[in-house]
Amino acid sequence: MIIYYNTKMLKKTPFYEKHLEYKAQMIDFFSYLMPISYRSIKEEVLAVRNNCGLFDVSHMGRIEVSGKDYKEFVNYLITNDIFSLKEYQACYACMLYEDGGIVDDLVCYNLPERILLVVNCANLEKDYNYILSINKKFNCEVKNISEEVCQLALQGKRAEEILSSLTNDNLSEIGFYYSKEMKILDVLMLVSRTGYTGEDGFELYFDRSYAHKIWDALFEKDSSLMPCGLGARDMLRLEMGYCLYGQDIDKDKNPLEANLSFVVKFNKDFIGKEALLKIKEQGLKRKLVGIKFANKTVPRPKMNLYDSNNNLIGFITSGTFSFSVNCGIALGYVDINYCQIGNKVYLENKKEGEIVKLPFYQFGSIKKSKKEV
Amino acid sequence: MALVLDNLYYTKTHEWIKVENDIGIVGITDFAQKELQDIVYFGIEESIVGKELKAGDKFGYVEAVKTAADLYLPVSGEIIEINKELIANPVIANQDPYGQGWILKIKIKDKEELKNLLNSEDYKKHIGEA
Repeated sequence: MIIYYNTKMLKKTPFYEKHLEYKAQMIDFFSYLMPISYRSIKEEVLAVRNNCGLFDVSHMGRIEVSGKDYKEFVNYLITNDIFSLKEYQACYACMLYEDGGIVDDLVCYNLPERILLVVNCANLEKDYNYILSINKKFNCEVKNISEEVCQLALQGKRAEEILSSLTNDNLSEIGFYYSKEMKILDVLMLVSRTGYTGEDGFELYFDRSYAHKIWDALFEKDSSLMPCGLGARDMLRLEMGYCLYGQDIDKDKNPLEANLSFVVKFNKDFIGKEALLKIKEQGLKRKLVGIKFANKTVPRPKMNLYDSNNNLIGFITSGTFSFSVNCGIALGYVDINYCQIGNKVYLENKKEGEIVKLPFYQFGSIKKSKKEV
Repeated sequence: MALVLDNLYYTKTHEWIKVENDIGIVGITDFAQKELQDIVYFGIEESIVGKELKAGDKFGYVEAVKTAADLYLPVSGEIIEINKELIANPVIANQDPYGQGWILKIKIKDKEELKNLLNSEDYKKHIGEA
């Protein structure tokens, strides 16, 4: 008898049935069955830019750290400064190896008596084990709550209006990168003004058993709300110049060359600090830049970049055709001597691009007026 | 489910050809447009009109948000027309791949070559939707 094993068991988020109901095209995304898009990437991107979209981001990893000295522990793990955060405030940060290479980029929530770390789906297992290995010196409580808790991102200028119709709480008092525990319908959840699109919006963290109830309520409240997949999510983040782990950053890149210095606080101790100080002292060799192409060129990851004399000066890490800017856009690493804004770069086929200031899309509704970390 | 029409011939590389007398109309299949998703543009030189090309020749490429793909000719013959509306508005190939989204017309040199192509049943098997 031959026994066949299903070697590839794809995981499903609690919203899986909703994705099918809303006719999503599903893909295997790092072992999760996720929607790439429901209608078209273009419609979804433009809906988020002009109205509002809803993303299932439950595939992200969620890790809670608590116990004695949990803040000291997390502060040693990440490049940003946990102690600068008020209660319920969040920050974006990197977690590094000793050599300054990036383990992951993540969002950290300073919640009462615990910190919630939101990490990349593809890195969850790696991050969790890395955190446990560092924890040997600290003995904190580290809990992977990714399975129990689901996560939605409601993104777009109308996000506050739509979410407000489902709660008695005041959403306007939640500042950019702040969060609040509150009831949406009768479901207690963590609501934060965060996202990955450049638009104003919220992320909702709640018990997976309420997944369908919250999803349905949002669409019932607003028929113009657009379900959005990973295709739109990737284009929206790239239009803002936000890094994606595995493409723009990884263990062979450091946060200084990836333009992430704003989340590296040298006035505190963290893993990789010594290496970064050394890199800083020696000077960067390359830098992540934004490159815009003429409208019919679609740059792709791994394409090489050349100067006008055909010298290799860098490579693309993320690239797409942007529906918000209506041209080809890319992030890529370029030699430090060549990375000035305005410089022309060329693909192998001689198609010309120009290094531009980020973000590519300048009109995002993101509310940075309240204190930003 | 991808739409597969009965009255067309198909290639393994997801082009279709509709035969009207000795003229062939060529496009990409519904399966192909679903795989590609949002098509950004068709890279087809206008200079191929009037040229004799062979079955299997690359006649251009299509760029979509996620990926790019080369386009291959199902049969040999002279290219007589390119769909200018499609070049100007490539998303038509997503919306109507077997109709308004046609790519080019070809004067078929040898109809015997059609026998080398897939019929709708074979093509359904090829894309795993039989």
